[in-house]
Amino acid sequence: MSDKHLSTQFDSELSGISTRVLEMGGLVEAQVAQAMYALANFSNETASQVLAQEDKVNQMELDIDRELSSIIARRQPTARDLRLLIAVSKTIGNLERVGDEAARIARTVQRLVNTGVSSRLRLPVSDVAFEATLATSLLRKALDAFARLDVDKAVEVLKQDDQIDQEFEGLMRKLITFMMEDPRTISSSIDLVFVAKAIERVGDHAKNLAEQIIYIVKGTDVRHNPVEAVESMVR
Amino acid sequence: MDAKVELPVTEKPKLSVRNLNFYYGHFLALKNINLDIPDRKVTAFIGPSGCGKSTLLRCFNRMFELYPEQRAEGQILLDGQNILKSKEDVSLIRAKIGMVFQKPTPFPMSIYDNIAFGVKLFETLPRVEMDERVEWALKKAALWNEVKDKLNQSGAGLSGGQQQRLCIARGIAIKPEVLLLDEPCSALDPISTGKIEELIHELKVDYTVVIVTHNMQQAARCSDYTAYMYLGDLIEFGPTSELFMKPKKKDTEDYITGRFG
Repeated sequence: MSDKHLSTQFDSELSGISTRVLEMGGLVEAQVAQAMYALANFSNETASQVLAQEDKVNQMELDIDRELSSIIARRQPTARDLRLLIAVSKTIGNLERVGDEAARIARTVQRLVNTGVSSRLRLPVSDVAFEATLATSLLRKALDAFARLDVDKAVEVLKQDDQIDQEFEGLMRKLITFMMEDPRTISSSIDLVFVAKAIERVGDHAKNLAEQIIYIVKGTDVRHNPVEAVESMVR
Repeated sequence: MDAKVELPVTEKPKLSVRNLNFYYGHFLALKNINLDIPDRKVTAFIGPSGCGKSTLLRCFNRMFELYPEQRAEGQILLDGQNILKSKEDVSLIRAKIGMVFQKPTPFPMSIYDNIAFGVKLFETLPRVEMDERVEWALKKAALWNEVKDKLNQSGAGLSGGQQQRLCIARGIAIKPEVLLLDEPCSALDPISTGKIEELIHELKVDYTVVIVTHNMQQAARCSDYTAYMYLGDLIEFGPTSELFMKPKKKDTEDYITGRFG
């Protein structure tokens, strides 16, 4: 927001809420990265750390939500301010789900470790890790765009989400091949399918966040439109 | 500055303002205003003090003519007839375009006579019909239940909110086509304000309502269309929901979000 309100208190409330969204985003992004570290290293301990963060993320969602209702009740925001608050309300739901996906990955890791699967099966963990790198960097980019309210960057995020979807499909084919070649890997391959799906969803959440940024700045709801259409809508 | 003035095709304009300039002596208070006020809808004028919104409202029933140094140039069309140049008696225009002011202004007479007074100027009604008209107006103004047992008491004895509703009842008793409300709630408590807003909502079934308000939330709550004015210019005009959610002009956005100044 470039210009200041007459009420500096209102200004600080709005910027405060944006900061907390970014904080929450940073937290879930780290959670995903940590869950992937746990997977790559078959680390039960790291997986537990990811799960331990879940309460904190949930609490942040509740806190930000309460703050939102309070600002709406007391300030009766309009136009861009109102759009920001509505967008934040949706965004924190998305971020909380990113946290859920990280927890899902962590629990899968725990199951793999507990059932005695080891890295000797040569599962394509590194491919999953690559997909995860794409997804976390996309999430970071979306959060960056949110911090700067940068529409161009948000559009880039929308475009790059397709890349993750393609990566997911490639991974799926690869895992199917694995299962056909060596039926001993079926159970753990299916686990990896779920991990890959969780990561693909992280990408979707980043995309949702990007759509909300466009809504805040342009006032245009671009959801459910192909990227090409979005590009012309924001011009 | 030229704001878009076209209404959606579904709306029929009741009042059309064309190239209106308004002067207080040498001071140009309204600069080339073009605007269509839709029929049987509530249109709100918002803007900071001195932006010309009350001035514009006062043009609609030639109220400014009470002051010799004030003049208007351009056209204001009521159903296509220019009321600024009209040879019609100004009191007939004011009978078609009623007005309620910021401060309640009950006449120093009974509640009943407050309403009947205006009616008697234009119509000669038998007692029974006059009674019916008074009751009808008071009911329309959501005041009947509170005053029906004391119609002969002075209007000045009512509370501020009741007095304002009495003025609205007086305004609609002569069955105008347009009702102009100049800050009708600024001296009222929230409950009375709520009642008047409810009333505005009901009045638009029969009347075209134009309201000037300092309270932006009030404009957002009770109008269908909103015009934002600044320093004598019409900056933006459009459907209220659009203007408050996604204004087209940055100036409008700054004002309604409180970033003004």
